Amino acid sequence: MLTKRIIACLDVDGGRVVKGVQFTNLRDAGDPAELAKAHSRSGADEIVLLDISATHQGRATLLDTVRRTARELFIPFTVGGGIRTLEEASAVFAAGADKVSINSAALKNTDLIAQIASRFGSQAVVVAIDAKRRADKSGWDAFTKGGRIPAGRDAVEWAAEAEGCGAGEILLTSMDRDGTGAGFDCELTRAVANAVRIPVIASGGAGGAAHFVEVFREGQADAALAASIFHFGLHNLADLKQVLGSAGIPVRWPC
Amino acid sequence: MIAIVDYGAGNLVSVKKAFDCFEQQSAITSDPAVVAKATKVVLPGVGHFASTATLESSGLRAAIANAIGRGVPFLGICVGMQWMFEGSQESPSVAGLGILKGECERFPGTVKSPHVGWNSLEIDPRSRLFAGVSSASFVYFTHSFRARVDDATVACCEYGSSFAAAVERDHVFGVQFHPEKSGEIGLTLLSNFCAI
Repeated sequence: MLTKRIIACLDVDGGRVVKGVQFTNLRDAGDPAELAKAHSRSGADEIVLLDISATHQGRATLLDTVRRTARELFIPFTVGGGIRTLEEASAVFAAGADKVSINSAALKNTDLIAQIASRFGSQAVVVAIDAKRRADKSGWDAFTKGGRIPAGRDAVEWAAEAEGCGAGEILLTSMDRDGTGAGFDCELTRAVANAVRIPVIASGGAGGAAHFVEVFREGQADAALAASIFHFGLHNLADLKQVLGSAGIPVRWPC
Repeated sequence: MIAIVDYGAGNLVSVKKAFDCFEQQSAITSDPAVVAKATKVVLPGVGHFASTATLESSGLRAAIANAIGRGVPFLGICVGMQWMFEGSQESPSVAGLGILKGECERFPGTVKSPHVGWNSLEIDPRSRLFAGVSSASFVYFTHSFRARVDDATVACCEYGSSFAAAVERDHVFGVQFHPEKSGEIGLTLLSNFCAI
Protein backbone atom coordinates (compact mmCIF):
# COMPACT_ATOMS: atom_id res chain seq x y z
CA MET A 1 0.00 0.00 0.00
CA LEU A 2 1.27 3.48 -0.87
CA THR A 3 2.26 5.14 2.38
CA LYS A 4 1.88 8.72 3.57
CA ARG A 5 5.25 10.43 3.60
CA ILE A 6 6.86 12.34 6.46
CA ILE A 7 9.27 14.91 5.07
CA ALA A 8 11.95 16.57 7.18
CA CYS A 9 12.79 20.10 6.09
CA LEU A 10 16.12 21.79 6.72
CA ASP A 11 16.14 25.57 6.49
CA VAL A 12 19.64 26.54 5.49
CA ASP A 13 21.36 29.92 5.57
CA GLY A 14 24.91 30.23 4.30
CA GLY A 15 25.39 26.47 4.43
CA ARG A 16 24.11 26.08 8.02
CA VAL A 17 20.79 24.74 9.28
CA VAL A 18 19.23 27.64 11.08
CA LYS A 19 16.27 26.40 13.03
CA GLY A 20 14.42 23.72 14.73
CA VAL A 21 16.44 20.55 15.16
CA GLN A 22 17.75 18.98 18.33
CA PHE A 23 19.58 15.76 17.73
CA THR A 24 21.91 14.23 20.21
CA ASN A 25 25.21 12.63 19.27
CA LEU A 26 25.91 15.01 16.41
CA ARG A 27 29.28 16.65 16.20
CA ASP A 28 27.74 19.69 14.62
CA ALA A 29 24.02 20.30 15.00
CA GLY A 30 24.00 22.95 12.30
CA ASP A 31 25.50 20.85 9.51
CA PRO A 32 22.90 20.01 6.84
CA ALA A 33 24.72 16.83 5.71
CA GLU A 34 24.84 15.39 9.22
CA LEU A 35 21.27 16.38 10.02
CA ALA A 36 19.89 14.95 6.78
CA LYS A 37 21.59 11.66 7.53
CA ALA A 38 20.29 11.64 11.10
CA HIS A 39 16.73 12.33 9.88
CA SER A 40 17.04 9.55 7.32
CA ARG A 41 18.24 7.10 9.98
CA SER A 42 15.40 7.96 12.31
CA GLY A 43 12.74 7.36 9.66
CA ALA A 44 12.21 10.44 7.48
CA ASP A 45 10.84 9.40 4.09
CA GLU A 46 12.33 12.34 2.30
CA ILE A 47 14.53 15.39 2.90
CA VAL A 48 13.83 18.94 1.71
CA LEU A 49 16.59 21.52 1.94
CA LEU A 50 15.37 25.10 1.65
CA ASP A 51 17.97 27.77 1.14
CA ILE A 52 16.77 30.88 2.92
CA SER A 53 20.00 32.86 2.53
CA ALA A 54 19.25 36.45 1.79
CA THR A 55 22.81 37.34 0.81
CA HIS A 56 24.70 36.51 -2.34
CA GLN A 57 27.60 34.98 -0.38
CA GLY A 58 25.13 32.79 1.48
CA ARG A 59 23.65 31.52 -1.76
CA ALA A 60 27.02 30.79 -3.32
CA THR A 61 27.63 28.01 -0.82
CA LEU A 62 24.34 26.25 -1.75
CA LEU A 63 25.75 23.91 -4.39
CA ASP A 64 28.51 22.81 -2.08
CA THR A 65 25.95 22.17 0.67
CA VAL A 66 23.77 20.15 -1.73
CA ARG A 67 26.74 18.08 -2.86
CA ARG A 68 27.83 17.29 0.70
CA THR A 69 24.28 16.50 1.82
CA ALA A 70 23.50 14.27 -1.17
CA ARG A 71 26.72 12.27 -0.83
CA GLU A 72 25.51 9.84 1.81
CA LEU A 73 21.77 10.24 1.46
CA PHE A 74 19.81 7.38 -0.12
CA ILE A 75 16.28 8.72 0.18
CA PRO A 76 14.65 11.36 -2.06
CA PHE A 77 16.22 14.79 -1.73
CA THR A 78 14.56 18.07 -2.78
CA VAL A 79 16.30 21.44 -2.92
CA GLY A 80 14.53 24.79 -3.05
CA GLY A 81 14.93 28.48 -2.36
CA GLY A 82 15.71 31.13 -4.93
CA ILE A 83 15.95 28.88 -8.01
CA ARG A 84 15.05 31.18 -10.91
CA THR A 85 16.27 29.56 -14.13
CA LEU A 86 16.71 26.22 -15.86
CA GLU A 87 20.48 26.66 -15.52
CA GLU A 88 20.23 27.15 -11.75
CA ALA A 89 17.98 24.09 -11.49
CA SER A 90 20.38 22.03 -13.64
CA ALA A 91 23.28 22.93 -11.35
CA VAL A 92 21.28 21.80 -8.31
CA PHE A 93 20.46 18.46 -10.01
CA ALA A 94 24.09 17.99 -11.00
CA ALA A 95 25.04 18.53 -7.35
CA GLY A 96 22.84 15.57 -6.39
CA ALA A 97 19.26 16.78 -5.85
CA ASP A 98 16.42 14.54 -7.09
CA LYS A 99 13.84 17.32 -7.23
CA VAL A 100 13.85 21.11 -7.16
CA SER A 101 11.23 23.20 -5.46
CA ILE A 102 10.33 26.46 -7.17
CA ASN A 103 8.03 29.19 -5.89
CA SER A 104 8.33 32.90 -6.85
CA ALA A 105 10.09 32.12 -10.14
CA ALA A 106 7.27 29.78 -11.20
CA LEU A 107 4.65 32.43 -10.44
CA LYS A 108 6.60 34.98 -12.45
CA ASN A 109 7.29 32.62 -15.35
CA THR A 110 5.15 29.48 -15.58
CA ASP A 111 7.32 28.38 -18.51
CA LEU A 112 10.08 27.52 -16.05
CA ILE A 113 7.97 24.59 -14.76
CA ALA A 114 7.65 23.19 -18.29
CA GLN A 115 11.33 23.78 -19.05
CA ILE A 116 12.54 21.86 -16.00
CA ALA A 117 9.89 19.16 -16.49
CA SER A 118 10.77 18.51 -20.11
CA ARG A 119 14.48 18.25 -19.29
CA PHE A 120 14.36 16.36 -15.97
CA GLY A 121 10.80 14.97 -15.88
CA SER A 122 7.74 16.18 -13.97
CA GLN A 123 8.68 14.05 -10.99
CA ALA A 124 11.65 16.38 -10.49
CA VAL A 125 9.58 19.58 -10.25
CA VAL A 126 7.90 20.56 -7.00
CA VAL A 127 5.93 23.80 -7.11
CA ALA A 128 5.85 25.42 -3.68
CA ILE A 129 2.85 27.61 -2.87
CA ASP A 130 2.63 29.93 0.13
CA ALA A 131 -1.08 30.45 0.78
CA LYS A 132 -2.94 32.81 3.10
CA ARG A 133 -6.65 32.80 3.80
CA ARG A 134 -8.47 35.87 2.44
CA ALA A 135 -10.01 38.19 5.03
CA ASP A 136 -13.51 37.48 3.70
CA LYS A 137 -12.77 33.72 4.06
CA SER A 138 -13.70 33.15 0.41
CA GLY A 139 -10.50 31.20 -0.24
CA TRP A 140 -6.71 31.55 -0.18
CA ASP A 141 -4.29 33.87 -1.97
CA ALA A 142 -0.87 32.77 -3.20
CA PHE A 143 2.04 34.87 -1.99
CA THR A 144 5.44 35.45 -3.53
CA LYS A 145 8.91 36.52 -2.33
CA GLY A 146 8.94 34.40 0.80
CA GLY A 147 5.37 35.28 1.69
CA ARG A 148 5.91 39.03 1.58
CA ILE A 149 3.95 40.00 -1.53
CA PRO A 150 0.51 38.82 -2.70
CA ALA A 151 0.86 37.21 -6.13
CA GLY A 152 -2.63 38.25 -7.18
CA ARG A 153 -3.54 34.57 -7.67
CA ASP A 154 -5.97 32.24 -6.00
CA ALA A 155 -3.85 29.50 -4.42
CA VAL A 156 -6.10 26.60 -5.46
CA GLU A 157 -6.36 27.81 -9.06
CA TRP A 158 -2.61 28.34 -9.18
CA ALA A 159 -2.00 24.77 -7.99
CA ALA A 160 -4.17 23.42 -10.81
CA GLU A 161 -2.40 25.61 -13.36
CA ALA A 162 1.02 24.49 -12.08
CA GLU A 163 -0.04 20.87 -12.56
CA GLY A 164 -1.06 21.71 -16.13
CA CYS A 165 2.37 23.24 -16.74
CA GLY A 166 4.08 20.01 -15.69
CA ALA A 167 4.56 20.20 -11.92
CA GLY A 168 4.96 16.77 -10.32
CA GLU A 169 4.04 17.71 -6.76
CA ILE A 170 2.67 20.68 -4.84
CA LEU A 171 4.34 21.79 -1.60
CA LEU A 172 1.60 23.76 0.09
CA THR A 173 2.42 26.00 3.05
CA SER A 174 -0.27 27.66 5.12
CA MET A 175 1.07 31.08 6.06
CA ASP A 176 -1.67 31.41 8.67
CA ARG A 177 -0.51 28.26 10.46
CA ASP A 178 3.24 28.35 9.81
CA GLY A 179 5.15 28.56 13.08
CA THR A 180 2.01 28.45 15.24
CA GLY A 181 2.02 24.76 16.15
CA ALA A 182 -1.79 24.98 15.91
CA GLY A 183 -2.04 22.21 13.32
CA PHE A 184 -2.00 22.07 9.54
CA ASP A 185 -4.68 23.96 7.59
CA CYS A 186 -6.71 20.89 6.62
CA GLU A 187 -9.32 22.91 4.76
CA LEU A 188 -6.71 24.51 2.50
CA THR A 189 -4.92 21.21 1.98
CA ARG A 190 -8.14 19.41 1.05
CA ALA A 191 -9.16 22.20 -1.36
CA VAL A 192 -5.85 21.85 -3.23
CA ALA A 193 -5.76 18.04 -3.02
CA ASN A 194 -9.19 17.92 -4.66
CA ALA A 195 -8.20 20.37 -7.39
CA VAL A 196 -5.13 18.42 -8.63
CA ARG A 197 -4.20 14.82 -9.44
CA ILE A 198 -0.56 15.16 -8.35
CA PRO A 199 0.60 14.60 -4.76
CA VAL A 200 0.14 17.43 -2.26
CA ILE A 201 2.63 17.98 0.56
CA ALA A 202 1.10 19.85 3.50
CA SER A 203 3.30 22.26 5.42
CA GLY A 204 2.93 24.81 8.20
CA GLY A 205 1.48 24.43 11.66
CA ALA A 206 2.52 20.96 12.83
CA GLY A 207 2.52 20.97 16.63
CA GLY A 208 1.97 17.33 17.51
CA ALA A 209 1.42 13.86 16.15
CA ALA A 210 -2.35 14.35 16.13
CA HIS A 211 -1.94 17.14 13.59
CA PHE A 212 -0.32 14.70 11.16
CA VAL A 213 -3.19 12.25 11.59
CA GLU A 214 -5.62 15.12 10.89
CA VAL A 215 -3.91 16.38 7.75
CA PHE A 216 -3.74 12.88 6.25
CA ARG A 217 -7.36 12.05 7.12
CA GLU A 218 -9.19 15.34 6.76
CA GLY A 219 -6.73 17.27 4.62
CA GLN A 220 -6.23 14.36 2.20
CA ALA A 221 -2.53 15.20 2.05
CA ASP A 222 -0.15 12.71 0.43
CA ALA A 223 2.77 13.89 2.52
CA ALA A 224 3.41 16.25 5.41
CA LEU A 225 6.47 18.37 5.96
CA ALA A 226 7.83 19.86 9.12
CA ALA A 227 11.01 21.72 9.96
CA SER A 228 11.00 21.71 13.72
CA ILE A 229 9.94 18.09 13.77
CA PHE A 230 11.57 17.37 17.12
CA HIS A 231 9.76 20.08 18.99
CA PHE A 232 6.61 18.03 19.15
CA GLY A 233 7.27 16.39 22.47
CA LEU A 234 8.03 13.27 20.44
CA HIS A 235 11.32 11.59 21.07
CA ASN A 236 11.93 11.01 17.37
CA LEU A 237 10.40 10.47 13.98
CA ALA A 238 9.91 6.78 14.66
CA ASP A 239 7.54 7.70 17.51
CA LEU A 240 5.53 9.88 15.15
CA LYS A 241 5.25 7.01 12.70
CA GLN A 242 4.10 4.70 15.46
CA VAL A 243 1.32 7.11 16.38
CA LEU A 244 0.30 7.35 12.71
CA GLY A 245 0.43 3.59 12.31
CA SER A 246 -1.83 2.99 15.31
CA ALA A 247 -4.25 5.58 13.93
CA GLY A 248 -4.53 3.47 10.78
CA ILE A 249 -2.50 5.81 8.54
CA PRO A 250 -0.24 3.75 6.24
CA VAL A 251 3.40 4.64 6.90
CA ARG A 252 6.74 3.13 5.95
CA TRP A 253 7.64 0.98 8.92
CA PRO A 254 10.16 -0.25 9.89
CA CYS A 255 12.33 2.23 8.08
CA MET B 1 33.82 -2.02 -14.00
CA ILE B 2 30.09 -1.22 -13.89
CA ALA B 3 28.93 1.02 -16.72
CA ILE B 4 26.16 3.44 -15.72
CA VAL B 5 24.68 4.42 -19.05
CA ASP B 6 24.14 8.17 -19.50
CA TYR B 7 21.56 9.05 -22.13
CA GLY B 8 20.68 12.48 -20.76
CA ALA B 9 17.92 11.32 -18.43
CA GLY B 10 17.84 11.20 -14.71
CA ASN B 11 19.93 11.38 -11.64
CA LEU B 12 22.93 9.19 -12.39
CA VAL B 13 24.93 10.62 -9.53
CA SER B 14 22.85 8.80 -6.91
CA VAL B 15 23.34 5.44 -8.58
CA LYS B 16 27.08 6.00 -8.75
CA LYS B 17 27.16 7.11 -5.10
CA ALA B 18 25.61 3.80 -4.08
CA PHE B 19 28.28 1.80 -5.93
CA ASP B 20 30.95 4.07 -4.40
CA CYS B 21 29.54 3.07 -1.00
CA PHE B 22 30.34 -0.60 -1.68
CA GLU B 23 33.70 0.36 -3.20
CA GLN B 24 32.59 -1.04 -6.55
CA GLN B 25 34.25 0.57 -9.53
CA SER B 26 31.71 2.28 -11.76
CA ALA B 27 31.68 4.92 -14.45
CA ILE B 28 28.96 7.14 -15.86
CA THR B 29 29.32 6.86 -19.62
CA SER B 30 27.61 7.57 -22.93
CA ASP B 31 30.33 5.76 -24.89
CA PRO B 32 29.27 2.43 -26.50
CA ALA B 33 32.92 1.28 -26.35
CA VAL B 34 32.94 1.64 -22.55
CA VAL B 35 29.65 -0.29 -22.32
CA ALA B 36 31.19 -3.02 -24.50
CA LYS B 37 34.03 -3.52 -21.99
CA ALA B 38 31.91 -3.30 -18.82
CA THR B 39 31.47 -6.27 -16.48
CA LYS B 40 27.98 -5.05 -15.57
CA VAL B 41 25.63 -2.53 -17.16
CA VAL B 42 23.11 -0.30 -15.39
CA LEU B 43 20.54 1.73 -17.30
CA PRO B 44 19.02 4.29 -14.94
CA GLY B 45 16.46 6.82 -15.94
CA VAL B 46 13.68 9.01 -14.78
CA GLY B 47 11.52 11.14 -16.98
CA HIS B 48 10.01 10.42 -20.35
CA PHE B 49 10.18 7.15 -22.31
CA ALA B 50 10.94 9.23 -25.42
CA SER B 51 14.39 10.02 -23.95
CA THR B 52 15.39 6.38 -24.61
CA ALA B 53 15.35 7.19 -28.36
CA THR B 54 18.87 8.60 -27.78
CA LEU B 55 20.06 5.05 -27.02
CA GLU B 56 19.33 4.03 -30.60
CA SER B 57 20.96 7.02 -32.30
CA SER B 58 24.08 6.93 -30.11
CA GLY B 59 24.84 3.25 -30.68
CA LEU B 60 24.24 2.49 -27.01
CA ARG B 61 21.28 0.25 -27.77
CA ALA B 62 23.44 -2.11 -29.82
CA ALA B 63 26.21 -2.06 -27.20
CA ILE B 64 23.72 -2.94 -24.44
CA ALA B 65 22.05 -5.66 -26.52
CA ASN B 66 25.47 -7.18 -27.29
CA ALA B 67 26.50 -7.09 -23.64
CA ILE B 68 23.28 -8.83 -22.59
CA GLY B 69 23.84 -11.39 -25.37
CA ARG B 70 27.28 -12.16 -23.96
CA GLY B 71 25.79 -12.78 -20.50
CA VAL B 72 26.85 -9.49 -18.88
CA PRO B 73 24.51 -8.74 -15.93
CA PHE B 74 22.15 -5.86 -16.71
CA LEU B 75 19.96 -3.72 -14.44
CA GLY B 76 17.33 -1.32 -15.77
CA ILE B 77 15.95 1.25 -13.31
CA CYS B 78 12.56 3.01 -13.74
CA VAL B 79 12.39 4.08 -17.42
CA GLY B 80 15.44 1.81 -17.83
CA MET B 81 13.25 -1.16 -16.85
CA GLN B 82 10.37 -0.01 -19.08
CA TRP B 83 12.84 0.09 -21.98
CA MET B 84 13.42 -3.66 -21.55
CA PHE B 85 9.86 -4.20 -22.84
CA GLU B 86 8.71 -3.70 -26.42
CA GLY B 87 7.56 -0.14 -25.80
CA SER B 88 5.44 2.23 -23.75
CA GLN B 89 2.17 4.03 -24.35
CA GLU B 90 4.03 7.13 -23.21
CA SER B 91 5.84 7.27 -26.53
CA PRO B 92 4.43 4.71 -28.99
CA SER B 93 6.85 5.66 -31.78
CA VAL B 94 9.91 4.72 -29.70
CA ALA B 95 10.79 1.02 -29.59
CA GLY B 96 12.09 -0.58 -26.42
CA LEU B 97 14.74 -3.31 -26.38
CA GLY B 98 12.02 -5.96 -26.47
CA ILE B 99 13.75 -8.63 -24.38
CA LEU B 100 10.48 -8.77 -22.42
CA LYS B 101 7.11 -8.96 -24.12
CA GLY B 102 4.44 -6.31 -23.83
CA GLU B 103 4.04 -2.59 -23.58
CA CYS B 104 4.07 -0.30 -20.53
CA GLU B 105 0.73 1.34 -19.82
CA ARG B 106 -0.65 4.34 -17.96
CA PHE B 107 -2.18 3.87 -14.49
CA PRO B 108 -5.97 3.57 -14.41
CA GLY B 109 -7.90 6.81 -13.88
CA THR B 110 -9.02 5.62 -10.44
CA VAL B 111 -5.68 6.52 -8.79
CA LYS B 112 -3.57 9.67 -8.66
CA SER B 113 -0.80 9.67 -11.21
CA PRO B 114 2.19 9.82 -11.02
CA HIS B 115 2.54 7.11 -8.38
CA VAL B 116 4.90 8.88 -6.00
CA GLY B 117 6.17 7.61 -2.69
CA TRP B 118 7.04 4.53 -0.67
CA ASN B 119 5.02 1.44 -1.48
CA SER B 120 5.36 -2.15 -0.33
CA LEU B 121 6.38 -5.15 -2.43
CA GLU B 122 5.30 -8.73 -2.72
CA ILE B 123 8.51 -10.57 -3.53
CA ASP B 124 9.15 -13.91 -5.22
CA PRO B 125 11.52 -15.67 -2.77
CA ARG B 126 13.43 -17.24 -5.69
CA SER B 127 14.65 -13.84 -6.91
CA ARG B 128 18.42 -13.36 -6.84
CA LEU B 129 18.14 -9.58 -6.85
CA PHE B 130 15.96 -9.59 -3.72
CA ALA B 131 18.11 -12.04 -1.73
CA GLY B 132 17.80 -11.08 1.94
CA VAL B 133 14.90 -8.67 1.33
CA SER B 134 11.59 -9.72 2.84
CA SER B 135 8.15 -9.24 1.33
CA ALA B 136 6.28 -6.13 2.53
CA SER B 137 9.52 -4.10 2.36
CA PHE B 138 9.03 -0.51 1.23
CA VAL B 139 10.74 1.10 -1.76
CA TYR B 140 10.48 4.52 -3.42
CA PHE B 141 8.54 4.91 -6.67
CA THR B 142 7.95 7.86 -8.97
CA HIS B 143 6.35 7.01 -12.34
CA SER B 144 3.18 7.34 -14.43
CA PHE B 145 3.49 4.18 -16.56
CA ARG B 146 3.91 0.59 -15.50
CA ALA B 147 4.37 -2.94 -16.83
CA ARG B 148 1.86 -5.74 -16.34
CA VAL B 149 2.63 -8.66 -14.08
CA ASP B 150 3.90 -11.59 -16.16
CA ASP B 151 6.19 -14.62 -15.82
CA ALA B 152 9.32 -12.42 -15.60
CA THR B 153 7.89 -10.49 -12.62
CA VAL B 154 9.71 -11.13 -9.32
CA ALA B 155 8.14 -8.33 -7.26
CA CYS B 156 4.59 -6.97 -7.46
CA CYS B 157 3.26 -3.70 -6.15
CA GLU B 158 -0.34 -2.65 -5.64
CA TYR B 159 -1.48 0.76 -6.94
CA GLY B 160 -4.88 0.86 -8.56
CA SER B 161 -4.09 -2.69 -9.58
CA SER B 162 -1.11 -4.98 -9.26
CA PHE B 163 1.85 -4.11 -11.50
CA ALA B 164 5.40 -5.36 -12.06
CA ALA B 165 7.73 -3.64 -9.58
CA ALA B 166 10.68 -5.83 -10.62
CA VAL B 167 11.52 -8.29 -13.38
CA GLU B 168 14.25 -10.88 -13.59
CA ARG B 169 15.30 -13.35 -16.27
CA ASP B 170 18.68 -15.08 -15.98
CA HIS B 171 21.23 -12.24 -15.73
CA VAL B 172 18.81 -9.49 -16.76
CA PHE B 173 17.08 -7.44 -14.06
CA GLY B 174 14.72 -4.47 -13.98
CA VAL B 175 13.19 -2.42 -11.17
CA GLN B 176 10.41 0.14 -11.57
CA PHE B 177 11.29 1.82 -8.26
CA HIS B 178 14.51 3.63 -7.38
CA PRO B 179 16.86 1.40 -5.35
CA GLU B 180 19.28 4.33 -5.08
CA LYS B 181 16.52 6.26 -3.24
CA SER B 182 15.07 3.38 -1.22
CA GLY B 183 17.27 3.52 1.86
CA GLU B 184 18.81 0.32 3.24
CA ILE B 185 16.52 -1.97 1.20
CA GLY B 186 17.62 -0.33 -2.03
CA LEU B 187 21.28 -0.57 -1.09
CA THR B 188 20.85 -4.29 -0.37
CA LEU B 189 19.44 -4.76 -3.86
CA LEU B 190 22.27 -2.87 -5.54
CA SER B 191 24.78 -4.80 -3.49
CA ASN B 192 23.10 -8.06 -4.59
CA PHE B 193 23.43 -6.94 -8.20
CA CYS B 194 27.12 -6.23 -7.67
CA ALA B 195 27.57 -9.77 -6.33
CA ILE B 196 25.92 -11.46 -9.34
